[in-house]
Amino acid sequence: MSLLEVRALTHVYAQGTAYEHRALDRVSFTLEEGGFTGLIGHTGSGKSTLVQHLNGLMKPAEGQVLLDGEDIWARQGGIRGVRFLVGLVFQYPEYQLFEETVYKDIAFGPTNMGLSAQEVDRNVRQAAALVGIGEELLGRSPFELSGGQKRRVAIAGVMAMRPSVLILDEPTAGLDPQGREDILGQVQQYRLQEGATVLLVSHSMEDVARHADRILVMDHGRLVENGPVEEVFGFDSRLGDIGLAVPQVTSIFRQLHRRGHAVSPVFTVEAAIAQIEGLLEGGGIG
Amino acid sequence: MNVTLGQYFPGHSLTHRTDPRVKLVLEVLFIAELFMVKRYAGFLLMGALLALVVHNSKIPLWALWRGLRRLLLILAFTSLLNLFYTDGRELFTIWRLTATWEGLHAALFTILRISMLIVGTSLLTFTTSPIMLTDALERLLAPLKKLRVPVGELAMMMTIALRFIPVLSEETAKIMSAQKARGADFESGSVFQRARALIPILVPLFVSAFRRADELAVAMECRCYDSAMPRSRLKEMRMKRADYLILTGMLLLIPAILMGTNRLWI
Repeated sequence: MSLLEVRALTHVYAQGTAYEHRALDRVSFTLEEGGFTGLIGHTGSGKSTLVQHLNGLMKPAEGQVLLDGEDIWARQGGIRGVRFLVGLVFQYPEYQLFEETVYKDIAFGPTNMGLSAQEVDRNVRQAAALVGIGEELLGRSPFELSGGQKRRVAIAGVMAMRPSVLILDEPTAGLDPQGREDILGQVQQYRLQEGATVLLVSHSMEDVARHADRILVMDHGRLVENGPVEEVFGFDSRLGDIGLAVPQVTSIFRQLHRRGHAVSPVFTVEAAIAQIEGLLEGGGIG
Repeated sequence: MNVTLGQYFPGHSLTHRTDPRVKLVLEVLFIAELFMVKRYAGFLLMGALLALVVHNSKIPLWALWRGLRRLLLILAFTSLLNLFYTDGRELFTIWRLTATWEGLHAALFTILRISMLIVGTSLLTFTTSPIMLTDALERLLAPLKKLRVPVGELAMMMTIALRFIPVLSEETAKIMSAQKARGADFESGSVFQRARALIPILVPLFVSAFRRADELAVAMECRCYDSAMPRSRLKEMRMKRADYLILTGMLLLIPAILMGTNRLWI
């Protein structure tokens, strides 16, 4: 397990020109070890810039990114070593597939790590199985697969490096509900199997509510919220102030609460159903 | 990765505002003249004309110098060739090579011609956006349509190519980041290894270029694009009084410089 910590991270695009833009403004937080954290915010709020600092694709202008208490830019083994520990899955990762076979593509990361052929083989098969890519697909060209399969192969390509921190930037964008749920379930499974820390960047409040235990909220380059789901999405949520919404079902329950019904905050449809059934049986709603 | 193409410096000077067709025609005339001038006086007047336009356009001098700098080596090489391989009166001799007075003049002429050529063409691309240049080219070549040259299609292809340069360069940056996140290493290793390291970038880039081309083609079909149909444009190019003035003025001035100075003896 690894502890990822961000201290007063600031990033300015095109510094000193007319186009200067403060993409990150003194952002600080710690990712809970082994936890599942959701990162939400509007387009352009700095989410993508932030995650690219976490594995050293971008170098902080000010502030630090610490992995197990050590600045990632001062570690022995260089920044490449950090990228194997902090896995980053980009948006639309299927567009980076390039190998002749699915197997070779998933093996790209582990091979770059310098693992032995045996270890690479084991990691590839494990990662493929985890994302539901059957053995029969490993020999196929990744370009023959369906969109959802390609996405899962690309995610497996990062998981095969077995990073202890896994960051996913909008991994479910453009997928149907079943595909979304499949991928997020697989990410959960990876977290439990490896004891890994997960950071999920998402536009879907429902996805975040269902899977994350903590939520980070970015707005105009600032970290404006950092707390457990119950706090950020709770009845007195401040998300509305920055134009973000709580999950729909939470919003409905908030309305019920305001009209005087004895309901407590819920974040998933299942929890809502359970609570309503309980209330109906107890005669709480009449 | 930084792809600098389309070095347009937006501005509002007279040079910027002049009709791109006028600029293109005058540019061609200017280049033709550069190769016909045979006297220093001609170069002096052409240089003065160029300096006037540079001053008016407010293009920073460092930008022009940057264009010239890249050609210093070629300039040096060609002028040395000219200096030593032109027959004439001996200037000095090193080893078995003889420099001549005629060679010296030829070398100076080459330097003047090439540098003025570079500055002149840079001025055109610095003050005219690529899209305007393409439009101007299409309009100027329009008569060739009679000869069944597909001018409109060629211009459309150029426009699309120019439009997609920034898109693909952004895409390249994204793919590079994604492969770096998987431990790809582009900076170390032998030349061979580095070339191999490009495969994970080039394959996805090509795939994405073809996908975009396909999507664009479908989108154009959906809007009933037909290359044979005449198209109107949002910003119609219109010659203004100033454009006619500049065009006529220069059409008189440039040949006058040529004919006037070539008869002189310096």
